[in-house]
Amino acid sequence: MREVKLSIVGFGVVGRGVAEVVARKRAEIGERFGLDLRIVAVVDLWGAALASDADGGGLDPRRILDALQKGGAEGLSPRESLEAHGVRVEELQSPDVIQEVEHDVTVEATPTNVDNDGEPGTSHILTALKAGRHVVTSNKGPLALHFNKLMQAAKRADRKIGFEATVGGAMPIISLRDTLAGNEILCIKGILNGTCNYILTRMGEENMPFEHALREAQEMGIAEADPRSDVLGVDTAVKLVILANALLGLDAAYKDVRVTGITEITPEALSLARDNGYVIKLIGEVDRDGKLEVAPKLVPETHPLNVGGTLNAALLKTDLAGEVMVVGRGAGGIEAASAIISDIIRIFKN
Amino acid sequence: MKVSMDIELKDVPGQLVSALIPISELGGNIISVLHHRDRKTQRGTIPVQVVFDVEESKLAALLQRLRERGITVVRVGAERLKEAVFVLLIGHIVRSGVKELINEVDGTGVAEVVELFLSMPAVEEKSAAALKIRAIGKMELERALDIVEGFAARCGILVVRPIEDEL
Ligand SMILES: NC(=O)c1ccc[n+]([C@@H]2O[C@H](COP(=O)([O-])OP(=O)(O)OC[C@H]3O[C@@H](n4cnc5c(N)ncnc54)[C@H](OP(=O)(O)O)[C@@H]3O)[C@@H](O)[C@H]2O)c1
Repeated sequence: MREVKLSIVGFGVVGRGVAEVVARKRAEIGERFGLDLRIVAVVDLWGAALASDADGGGLDPRRILDALQKGGAEGLSPRESLEAHGVRVEELQSPDVIQEVEHDVTVEATPTNVDNDGEPGTSHILTALKAGRHVVTSNKGPLALHFNKLMQAAKRADRKIGFEATVGGAMPIISLRDTLAGNEILCIKGILNGTCNYILTRMGEENMPFEHALREAQEMGIAEADPRSDVLGVDTAVKLVILANALLGLDAAYKDVRVTGITEITPEALSLARDNGYVIKLIGEVDRDGKLEVAPKLVPETHPLNVGGTLNAALLKTDLAGEVMVVGRGAGGIEAASAIISDIIRIFKN
Repeated sequence: MKVSMDIELKDVPGQLVSALIPISELGGNIISVLHHRDRKTQRGTIPVQVVFDVEESKLAALLQRLRERGITVVRVGAERLKEAVFVLLIGHIVRSGVKELINEVDGTGVAEVVELFLSMPAVEEKSAAALKIRAIGKMELERALDIVEGFAARCGILVVRPIEDEL
């Protein structure tokens, strides 16, 4: 059995999802892959929880999650919650943990930021590679802004970066690079933002104005309090840049993408589309010639990209395999953790 | 009737005018002339494609007159609007003068707005329009869409186009 020590940097929805999956699946992953996943550190803005000798080499993820849940219900902050339920919190910041706590894989799950050079994610990833850690991340900012720089840093350090979770959540797409090895990927068209897909689906179903559908999505926890990045198409564009670089080998940057969001779409437009056999979807599209576009598009009702609700989908055109389609859940802590765990397993299986 | 005709001209000045005169004489309306200088035939002639509108009853006379002028007609056929596209517009469409847009597309002679549905929720609110455009070829359809995009950009209207390569 090979021990794999993990640190989780950023303990929000995704970080907790990873802890939950480790709690549920540790024994199974041990049996099937011979890997013993151990969370040795969790670090967020409130401080760090570190495994001590008493923990037998790893934090108990269930205990941490329970503490946060109970404390949260009592109205306590994360730090107070952990301390109130017997988890020690150290005054340590992320760079210290990444550098100084001995571990194999840094799981980077801090907020995506494209206006601020991808920080804090970019520094976290570079620090981790320098310290000899593999990195698995769900954070889109660093990959979209510094793809080549990060790949080179990983190569120099002889470490791997897994970023399946950055695009499409649980939907496998980055790994198609390897699955379709030998193929040239000529073009990708995809629905890469579950929030927009939900809003457009609901507007079409219920003949609802954009604002109503957005509010409904916020009440259901599908859209964020600040939905701008989703509905203006920024999030889709960021993911498209990652796909362009990772799957088509382009040297694409966010500023190269022509972006139109969904805020101008009206129920009347959706109904005219439907009368003519179409739905409207926010489509991200990239091809070999460097076309990079995010815009609402008419999709025939019978087209495979017509998937509803919060689903994500992507249609890839390849030279040998022809058309390949993937569909899956694009968001959620467990869904993102699914991609992260697969990345971790892949690093050690190869 | 819209007619597309492939002819071959000798590479000497005045040939093209000589070929076009009979069309005007018979009341035809020339829509486009494509001169394939780069595709000279082995006989040393230059292929030209002419698209024009003419009354069906005048076609035989036209071919006769071209023959008299020594112009080789390689192919002649009715030109159909065989390509079609459906696009949506969202914005203040009526106020922006959608009629001029239609005139501009139809004015190309190679593309036409064949259907227009308007949905106007309330005064001051944005309306939506569904446009079906037909054209004689893919290139001509693209040209018509460029006209639509240009109109939309000038008037702050959003154009929603189909994802290409429908399966
Ligand atoms: N949620 C999903 O479904 C999903 C799916 C795929 C990818 N992603 C991506 O995954 C990342 C995490 O998403 P999430 O939903 O888990 O976000 P989240 O719930 O906001 O969690 C991020 C956590 O990181 C903390 N953090 C901020 N700066 C930090 C720093 N310098 N050091 C350590 N921790 C720091 C945040 O603290 P504060 O809250 O105090 O700022 C927060 O607790 C994002 O980049 C997101 O785009 C999310």
